[in-house]
Amino acid sequence: MNQSPFLNSFRGGPDEDGRFGIYGGRFVAETLMPLILELQDKWNEAKTDPEFQKELADLGTHYIGRPSPLYFAERLTEHLGGAKIYFKREELNHTGSHKINNCIGQILLAKRMGKTRIIAETGAGQHGVASATVAARFGLPCVVYMGATDVERQAPNVFRMKLLGAEVKPVTAGHGTLKDAMNEALRDWVTNVEDTYYLIGTAAGPHPYPEMVRDFQAVIGREAREQILKAEGRLPDVVIAAVGGGSNAIGIFHPFLDDKDVRIVGVEAGGKGLDGDEHCASITAGSPGVLHGNRTYLLQDGDGQIKEGHSISAGLDYPGIGPEHSWLNDIGRAEYVPIMDHEALEAFQLLTRIEGIIPALEPSHALAEVIKRAPTMGKEEIILMNLSGRGDKDIFTVGKILGMEL
Amino acid sequence: MTARMDRRFAALAAEGRPALVTYFMGGDPDYASSLAIMKALPKAGSDIIELGMPFSDPMADGPAIQVAGQRSLKGGQTLSKTIQMARDFRLEDADTPIVLMGYYNPIYIYGVDRFIEDALEAGIDGLIVVDLPPEMDDELCIPALSRGINFIRLATPTTDAKRLPAVLENTSGFVYYVSMNGITGSALPDPSLIGGAVRRIKDHTALPVCVGFGVKTAEQARAIGASADGVVVGSAIVNQIASSLTADGAATEATVAGVEALVRSLALGVRGARVAAAE
Repeated sequence: MNQSPFLNSFRGGPDEDGRFGIYGGRFVAETLMPLILELQDKWNEAKTDPEFQKELADLGTHYIGRPSPLYFAERLTEHLGGAKIYFKREELNHTGSHKINNCIGQILLAKRMGKTRIIAETGAGQHGVASATVAARFGLPCVVYMGATDVERQAPNVFRMKLLGAEVKPVTAGHGTLKDAMNEALRDWVTNVEDTYYLIGTAAGPHPYPEMVRDFQAVIGREAREQILKAEGRLPDVVIAAVGGGSNAIGIFHPFLDDKDVRIVGVEAGGKGLDGDEHCASITAGSPGVLHGNRTYLLQDGDGQIKEGHSISAGLDYPGIGPEHSWLNDIGRAEYVPIMDHEALEAFQLLTRIEGIIPALEPSHALAEVIKRAPTMGKEEIILMNLSGRGDKDIFTVGKILGMEL
Repeated sequence: MTARMDRRFAALAAEGRPALVTYFMGGDPDYASSLAIMKALPKAGSDIIELGMPFSDPMADGPAIQVAGQRSLKGGQTLSKTIQMARDFRLEDADTPIVLMGYYNPIYIYGVDRFIEDALEAGIDGLIVVDLPPEMDDELCIPALSRGINFIRLATPTTDAKRLPAVLENTSGFVYYVSMNGITGSALPDPSLIGGAVRRIKDHTALPVCVGFGVKTAEQARAIGASADGVVVGSAIVNQIASSLTADGAATEATVAGVEALVRSLALGVRGARVAAAE
């Protein structure tokens, strides 16, 4: 009998079929199956290949700028009057977010597989920019699918992608957001399966993507764990990150999962409130279903039709979540809480004024949760938050809401 | 268990011609018109009916079927109504096999056991679920087969010789060969290449092999039907329906009539297939 890979650890998943409990799996069209199996083989080879790991680490150091700093937010800590707050500064990475960690890893894999064309989906545009960046760096053509609504609200990132040589294809199907972009990318992939590599930006999709993206992002948590031990001589009491698909969150969570005293908190986009349909809180207000290659918590109606959702932040505007988060929620290892649009917006402004850091709207959700929790905690306690992206891309959205002319 | 489907293919084999398999989206643009279309299909020459179950995120479908699904959902279609449509159809047609085609999530949410129960009772003969490859057989395929519903698998140009046996293992009713790597409604590749692919699959199975994705005209149906046991037409029918609607998306007198005319012409195509091949 096979021994459970999950035994005595929260970090052993997924199993060989790509399952985290009942979540994950490979729910894709037959056309894609042979490719997904090949990807899994190549990924299994690469993860234990010292050459691959060396190239990944070199690019991490010299191209991305790793390790990213761990920063003690002294003024914010003082302002909130409770727990000490540390930020993992992923927004200082090349391209301005954690997305590049995964993109560098996957493009090395694409190269190994002999693929000559890259496609990607993007919501906020951060993953699109990171994909366009690595495609430029490795000389491969890149097509980025982006919902038409997002093209409009993330204009600066659209321009950056174009400058980097990528073709940005606006998707008008559905509401023109991340989910629709992902559908369209899957349609492209199924059509161009021979030469195309699909660079998925979040820890979701068919196995092995959730595992692979997590492993490329886990560098965040590994570094942060070492850094906090060095700075404080102990582990944090709480680790907090924003969750859309959940790649920055699983990246910082995963290395802490077996540290039983560290509480893990994922922050979902509560949008305009959980009562109606205008939110993206898949775990808090959704139910398990099957979409985009995996079983996971989804926003859906009683007939299994997927809802569109809403968030002020394009990067969280997705009606699903990575399958490992669904599992961590069900087994109680992590908790997931919603933060509303207006709370994120207030957090965005507070951090900008008090620490001189303009955060992206995505980590502003995590920050709003920090702002709630820190005052209720003792001064000797520690919160670690993943500051996953910078807010330059969001200034137009925020300006519009605040009624400022830009 | 597969009686109706097997009887139909046996009868076609005796006639010496391939099957015309017609797809339409259940509930497009409304329940009554869609049921009228379904009833018209066998009369116009369709041998097997694929009844589409609409899904909000049809990741293997081209624009035609995407929009048809949106029309249908807007018209209030649900999985329960799609099953009801089969039930209503069976009141007057006991022989034409019905295959439900769509994506897994609505079935998963309906509940797999309840779905199989209701589908059997409604007279449904088979299932095509695009996002359930053999690796996911425990979800629906095995339970459906054990209760006597055919599970029809898609084989594609990327399904190589190594993988083909796995794809065929739990397949029944017929094998659906997808003519190209791509989404529904794309351009049809060279029919001579398709013939080779069909023969390759037939080396591994005694099941009929039907070919779809991209067949739009009677001429193409004739060409594909020369080597395949069946020709599947979907997007062309869905487009025909779309073109008959008012600007608001409502059915007109031309909606059912247009589908009838198209299917009649396709039926002539498949009936000429083996004649053409023998010449």
